[in-house]
This record gives sequence, C-alpha cells and structure tokens, in this order.
Amino acid sequence: MTTTSTTGQSSPAYRPSTAKRAQLWLASHFAMLSAILVLLYLFLPVAYTFAFSFNDHGKTNIVWQGFTWEHWQDPCGVPGVCSSLVTSLQVGAISTLVATVLGTMMALAMVRYRYRGKAASNVLIFVPMATPEIVMGAALLTIFVQGFSNVGISLGFTTIVFAHIMFCLSFVVVTVKARIQSLDPRIEEAAQDLYASPVQTFWKVTFPLILPGIAGAAMLAFSLSFDDFIITNFVSGNENTFPKFVYVASRRGIPAEANVIGFSMFVLAVLLVVGAQLVGSARASRTKE
Amino acid sequence: MSALAPVSQVAGDPGIHPVASAPETQKRSWTAYLLLLPGVLWLGVFFLLPLVQLAAVSLQSRYPGFPGYYYRDVNFSNYAAALTDYAPHFARSFLYAGLATFLAFVIAYPLAYAMAFKAGKWRNLMMICVIAPFFTSFILRTFAWSQILADEGWVAGTLNFLNLLPGGAIINTPVAVVAGLTYNFLPFMVLPIYASLERADPRVIEAGGDLYANGFTTFRTVTLPMSMPGVLAGTLLTFIPAAGDFVNMELLGPQRGKMVGNVINDQFLAIPGGYPVAAALSFTLMAAILAMVFLYVRRFGTDELV
Repeated sequence: MTTTSTTGQSSPAYRPSTAKRAQLWLASHFAMLSAILVLLYLFLPVAYTFAFSFNDHGKTNIVWQGFTWEHWQDPCGVPGVCSSLVTSLQVGAISTLVATVLGTMMALAMVRYRYRGKAASNVLIFVPMATPEIVMGAALLTIFVQGFSNVGISLGFTTIVFAHIMFCLSFVVVTVKARIQSLDPRIEEAAQDLYASPVQTFWKVTFPLILPGIAGAAMLAFSLSFDDFIITNFVSGNENTFPKFVYVASRRGIPAEANVIGFSMFVLAVLLVVGAQLVGSARASRTKE
Repeated sequence: MSALAPVSQVAGDPGIHPVASAPETQKRSWTAYLLLLPGVLWLGVFFLLPLVQLAAVSLQSRYPGFPGYYYRDVNFSNYAAALTDYAPHFARSFLYAGLATFLAFVIAYPLAYAMAFKAGKWRNLMMICVIAPFFTSFILRTFAWSQILADEGWVAGTLNFLNLLPGGAIINTPVAVVAGLTYNFLPFMVLPIYASLERADPRVIEAGGDLYANGFTTFRTVTLPMSMPGVLAGTLLTFIPAAGDFVNMELLGPQRGKMVGNVINDQFLAIPGGYPVAAALSFTLMAAILAMVFLYVRRFGTDELV
C-alpha cells in the first residue's frame, strides 16, 4: 500500500500504480472472475467425457491410451448401448408429454382459481420434490412388486414411465406456475371484454403467452427423465435405460461409445436451448418494433 | 420455493412484465377441480399409495428360515434395527451431505451473485452454462470425476508433489464422495440463490454503500439477508438428494463405510429378505428430511414452496 501512494504522488495527474489498479480491477471483477472459475469447474467432467470418447482403449476406458475416431464412427458398436438409448428416448418422450399436460393443467388451476385445499395441493406438489429419490424408488418397487403385479403389470417399460411421469410432474407445475404468475391477468380480461369465450381466451391469448414456460417445463421434464438412474434402477426390472447401462458398465469401465452418446446428447440439448433463446429474443424484439 | 423458476426463462422471451396476479382476479369454479384431478390422481396412485405400502412393509416380519418371505405385522423392531445397526450410515450420510451443501453454498454464491448483478447481457448465456452440464448423464460425469481424482490423475499428482495429501490418495476416500456430491447438486444451489437475488432491488444494496458501509458489511447486513429464502431453498434442494445418494459413494467412495442410500439400495436389490429393514431405513430418512422441510414451511409458508 505504501508503494502505491508514493508512485501515485510522483506523477502530476494522479495515476494509481499498476499494482493498485490490478487490485481495484480484481475487487470490482471478483464476483465475475469466481463465476467463470465455477463455470469451468462445472464443465470439467463434461470435457473429460468428451476427451475419453476418443480414447483408443482396450478392455477398460479409464486411462488415456491414444487417439481414435473409431467410437464416433460406430457409436452403436457395443452391444446394448443403442437399445438402452432408444428405451431412454421413448420413456423420456412419453413421460414428458403426459407430465407436461397434467402439470400445466394443475399450474393453471393453482394460479388462476381459488379453491378449497390450496395449501394441501401446494404440499402435494412439493413433497415429491423434497423426497429423496431412493425413498420414492423403494416405495414404487414395493407397490409394483406387491400390488401391481396382481393386475398383470410387471417391472419394465410401463413401470418406468409411470414413475417418471410422477417425479416430473411437480417440476412441470413449478415451472409453468412461475410463467403464469408473471402474466398480466388484465390481458385475459381484455379478451373477455371483447366477447371471447373462456375457451377462446385460453387458446388464443393465455396459451400462446405461457407456451415458452410450457416448453421450458417440457425440456426440464425430458432431461430429468432421460438422466434418472436411482428411481429407474428400482422399477426397471430387466429393462435397460441409458443411465442404467452406463452404471452397470462403470464397474468394468464405461465403453467410449457411451461417452460419444452422452456428449452428443449434451451438444443437442445446448443447441436446442440456445435456439429457443434466439427465437425468444427475436420474437421479443419484433414485438417492440 | 420457486427454485426452478429461472429455468422457464431460459426458453422464454425476456420481455415479459412480472405482475403478481392479484387475488381478486382469481375465479372460484369447479373448473379448478377438473384441472387438478388428473395430476392429483397420478400423485395419489404413484406417490402417496406407494408410501403407504412402504410404511406397511416397514412393519412386516420375516418368516424365520425363509429369506424373502414376510407376513403382515406391526413390528417396530425393523425401526430399532434401522436406528441402531445403521446409525453410523445415517451419521455419514448427514455429515457428507452437510459438508457438500456448505461447500456448494460457498461455490454457488459468487456465481449467483455475478449472474444477478454483474453479468448484464451475458446473464442468459451463464444460465445456459449452469444447466448445460446436466445434459450429460450424471453417471458419466461422476465417472469422469473418478478419472480426474484417480491416483494417476493431475489433481492427486499435484497435491502429492506439494506434499498436501496426507493419505496419498483422493479417490476411494470420503473426500472424493463429498467432492462428487458438491459437484452433482451445485446447480440446485445456484438457481434458487440467483432467483432470490434477481428479485432484490440493486438500489437497496447501493444504499448500504451510500450509508458508509464497506463492501463486506453491506454484503453481510443487506445482500445476504435479502437472498436468505433462496439460500434456504438451495440448502434443502442440495441436502435432500445428497443425503439419499448412493451413486457417488459407489463410484468414488471407499469399500467400507457406506452411506444410508447404499444400504437401502443393497437391502432392496441385492439381499434377499431385506425389504422390511430397508423400508424402515427409507422412512427414517424421509422423516428426518420432512422435519427439515417442516421447519422451512413454518418460516416461509406453503406459497413460497412451489
């Protein structure tokens, strides 16, 4: 500190020394710098997954052994990896569709209507999000094995979809609810004043306005379903989803083909989110003009 | 706790005006019940009913000599076994999850703060960056950590070179488990803190500076209290999955000294006749977590919840 003051006085116009300026710069950019470090930390394992998709590995893909394009040329080259991917995509698509429809209906009711038992419905939406996955998985396993098997539903694709819809539902409600709450209710009132029926008001006014929220919720539901392992592991029986395939494989080393698929899904999802952002901001600037 | 509210904005257009829906605009109608019915039924059949069944299983007794067979009973000895035989596992789960939650808070706060107040036009891009790693399967990422922290890896290598690693290894130790838990649930801490900071008025924080508080005092007395709902929501959202997790322990942790999630998983899926004790363990875990949630609800009510 003393050195900075002497150099500062030596020049006629006060000019802080390099050290002082560096200190000031650090102080004002501290949050941003640590944020960038944290983001790099978040991406580190993704970078590893990407790098090891090129590993010319023998039996186990743990240590770097050399570069190859082989795994990218034939991602289905390992038995089971692509069939588990197809299962995960199917489960994700069905669960997302059902959870998004049911969740949007619930969110509409919870924001736009007064009804008895609102606190109870809040709790019913919240508790599944606050329950550890292992408890939900265990509970579902007991009822599927001891109850549902009596009506001919055994562990497999169907039970995975039932479970995924259940745990995606709360997250859809929360996301869509936030979007509806940010809407000005007067827009809908204006539509009603112009003699639109409630059904017309919903489809012509409300629905287009909350659509971005619904799209976001659907994306969230799909990623939750696609990435779920703990609950799926309990209710899947012999059916293999992609995370389950990876987990079972991890005991002897995950084949690089799984890295190829995992990283491709990441790239796809990022492109989708960035695309949605661009469409959103383009639409926003158009409405301003 | 509107914790995931920012997620909807990722896909949304930014030019929407937040207007709280005033209570007088809410209608009273049977439509509400019709809209709620399918979702409530689904949660009833696939969330509440299974929990009831799990409670019944946790009270069942085994047939002596016939592993895997139980009879209906009201047998609390399963809970006694859960609380005595597996007390160390519970302790480890809560300790590791608590440490991971604290570390996640320390790491997440600067990021959330920068996103809310410093990022400007980069805000949406940063939000995408927080969520994007989620899209790579979490088991692949956890496995990547086992490679990063491996004995031959650069992290353990550097620390060993500097003589900073007393045991000589990170992988297969509790340290690696806590590191994995911190990493995996970090976004659950970032998003709610960001949501509560974004709602805060930056002028209130500037006022702290105008009243001659230094940076740290302003942060401690103004910024941090304003973000407290987000911090608490983030704590719940991080601690709950971390306390029930078994994947990080399985992929990164030691052979002995497992967490309660591993016991539940093994008792259900690997050990014949493990159902009743595993069910009792599940319920004890859930009771502990619901107690935490209950304290939160007492403080903030149910409307902030979802």
